[in-house]
Amino acid sequence: MEPTLNAPRRRSVVKGLLGTTSFWLASGNARWSEALADEAAQPYRPIFFDIAEYQFLEAACERLFPADHNGPGAKTLGVAEFLDRQMQTPYARGENWYMSGPFEQGPANLGYQLPFVPKDLYRKGIAGVERYARQQYGKGFAALSALQQDEILTALEGGSVQLGDIPGRVFFEQLRTNTLEGAFADPLYGGNRGLGGWIMLGFPGARADFMDWVNQEGASYPIGPVSISGETA
Amino acid sequence: MVKHVDAIIVGAGWAGSIMAKELTEAGLSVVMLERGSERTTPVEGAYPESIDELRGAIRKRLFQNLSQSTVTIRNTIDQTALPYRQLAAFLPGEGVGGAGLHWSGVHFRVAPEDLRLRSAVIERYGEKFIPEGMNLQDYGVSYEELEPFFDKAEKVFGTSGEAYRVQGKIVGNGNVFSSDRSDNFPLPAMKDTFSASVFRDAAKNAGYHPYSLPAANASRQYTNTYGCQMGPCNFCGYCSGYDCYLYSKASPNVNILPVLRQEPRFSLIPNAHVLRVDLDSTKTKATGITYLDTKTRKEHSLSADLIILGAFQFNNVHLMLVSGIGKPYDPVSNTGTVGRNFVYQTITSSRVWLPPSTYTNQFVGAGGAGVAIDDFNSMNFDHGPLGFVGGSPVWVNQAGVKPIAAALGAGGGGTPRWGSAYKDSLVNTYKHSLGIDAHGSNMAYRDVYLDLDPTWKDAYGQPLLRMTFTWKDNDIRMNQYVVSKIEPIARAMGATKMNLVHLNAGQPFDTRTYQTTHLGGGAIMGDNPQTSALNRYLQSWDVSNVFVIGSNAFPQGMGYNPTGMVAALAYWAAHHIRTTYLKSPGPLVKA
Repeated sequence: MEPTLNAPRRRSVVKGLLGTTSFWLASGNARWSEALADEAAQPYRPIFFDIAEYQFLEAACERLFPADHNGPGAKTLGVAEFLDRQMQTPYARGENWYMSGPFEQGPANLGYQLPFVPKDLYRKGIAGVERYARQQYGKGFAALSALQQDEILTALEGGSVQLGDIPGRVFFEQLRTNTLEGAFADPLYGGNRGLGGWIMLGFPGARADFMDWVNQEGASYPIGPVSISGETA
Repeated sequence: MVKHVDAIIVGAGWAGSIMAKELTEAGLSVVMLERGSERTTPVEGAYPESIDELRGAIRKRLFQNLSQSTVTIRNTIDQTALPYRQLAAFLPGEGVGGAGLHWSGVHFRVAPEDLRLRSAVIERYGEKFIPEGMNLQDYGVSYEELEPFFDKAEKVFGTSGEAYRVQGKIVGNGNVFSSDRSDNFPLPAMKDTFSASVFRDAAKNAGYHPYSLPAANASRQYTNTYGCQMGPCNFCGYCSGYDCYLYSKASPNVNILPVLRQEPRFSLIPNAHVLRVDLDSTKTKATGITYLDTKTRKEHSLSADLIILGAFQFNNVHLMLVSGIGKPYDPVSNTGTVGRNFVYQTITSSRVWLPPSTYTNQFVGAGGAGVAIDDFNSMNFDHGPLGFVGGSPVWVNQAGVKPIAAALGAGGGGTPRWGSAYKDSLVNTYKHSLGIDAHGSNMAYRDVYLDLDPTWKDAYGQPLLRMTFTWKDNDIRMNQYVVSKIEPIARAMGATKMNLVHLNAGQPFDTRTYQTTHLGGGAIMGDNPQTSALNRYLQSWDVSNVFVIGSNAFPQGMGYNPTGMVAALAYWAAHHIRTTYLKSPGPLVKA
């Protein structure tokens, strides 16, 4: 059966505004071709994660970074897509980490000492959390209530859960780190859809020229963000 | 047959590039070896790809690839050191330009008494003031001797700043604690960001002496001593961790290499990992070096009359240890010199929140710009009743805060690190807060040192360097004292909330969070071959045709950022090589 992922389309907000006056006023002609291209774009199909893993990520990342009055959450920002795409990079293979043995454990302040690279941490970590969720609540993580999901994440963060070979806290920190990366990295990498993360913080993205804004006596910077590819919001 | 050149330089950062420029000027043929890849501003540094936070500071594009070589770290001698597997606490550079490509650009001279700290402390407080186990030492060189070389470096780097005193005359609102200068800064000071201006006013009202940080970020268009050009900085905020797309931040790549590359006597070999300095059978003369071409994995040897080690601080020490240059340090007997006086800096960042109507626009910034006070740095205050050695400048150095870094660092310390409450605090902190740093000294101790690890090896089969390092009571108390001085300044700034961060008693060094890349010592300069690996000209006491240039030469970690001192020491050593050593090669100081 072809899975339904319900991944929001890129810039679905833009799509909904196509043809409206405010869209044209706000964007200009250059956006038109891009918006059309988005129309044709298919929902993201994960390559590294299987469907169940991807559903776990969509659920867990949304609890870590939920939609609220501040702005969009992980799901709207495309964080799961970001994570899947990152799993296909040298980073996920630990190519910048020293991964030679022996692997001895020591005090936490001497740093990470496991023989696992990020993609191992995800594969083992997600399986471990799913086992734990079934054990505690009789259901998979994505099927639990937000409150139950938060209880699991709190337990992982607090260090009381071991996920097979991996301490729950290690997996939690990996997931938190990559979730926040996905919320705030350039949209080039699949997250921060519609520049929603940057709008939330008032970060202007790739503008990178503040000659006139070195000191404006505490006024808020007035120009919205731009991405590396030229997307604006 | 092994190719011969006059001089080999290991490492294409500031130290190596300065030495290469000086030695080619002196007519020598020079080969400079860099283990990382070639890097130039128009290629890797170009806008907009170079300002990608994920690819840059987060995935660590310009930093050392630990998969090939790293260090092991432990806090105390009785522990097993474990590999530094992921970059975090410190971020050495890799590739042409070295750490000089991804640095921020804070370009200090030195507090003169820091060069003779042992003597200064004894003169003022007596020898008993020095805690047991502290290897407090003098550099063996004075500010007056180094002054022409600080001046020379500033004119190469295009340094922006405001002087206090030039040739005995007070000329401006610079740092009242700074020493006499032979000339002004080549460029006027960088503008204050909003957060820096608020700090300047509050510090002044509190009776302190704020000054503009000296910045190797060009406040105006500049053409340096070598004819290399810099563009004016636009406060884009991509200094630290990035390769300035505007040619505004000084780097070897922008300020020296463009002319050096035109020099027929000079050649640069990237992707060349130096395995060892080759010594003759007496172990008192270097004959050349052996390196591995990391692309072909083939070993090559080069012979030379003069060898300059200009790699990153701990890589210089590593090369000395694996090559057998000098006597390794033994912490039990406190003898030997290579690995001795390994030091760092005590850096803590506190945070101050301004009212919600006030936006700090933290993404605006320049790595070297800011406002500092030196009232609690070096010997500028009375340590007598305080009972510690050292000090710390305090500053607002808004270098450009990017969103991923802000998000990763938000929360914690009892507040949520995820969820909606976390998002509230992240947004509020990003929009309305500013950071104040205590950027302090770190003294040397008998049981804090570098040696070779007995277990772990690099990708080339050589033992990793082992760091034995932790925070000591003297430095923790110094940091706590200086941080306590931030509170009244923060109140005067109109803080609605503050989070004062300091080291805690007994707190071990933690490798997992970034503190600073300002590592020092391990092959220090001095006037006594029993307690220093290098003489006052940065020449190995043991192998006189090897000079070792870098922050490895610092006997103590000072409160200032190290690059300006490294550059001045490079020009100082080069001057004495050119004027004395080349005429009659041999020890410049009798042991």
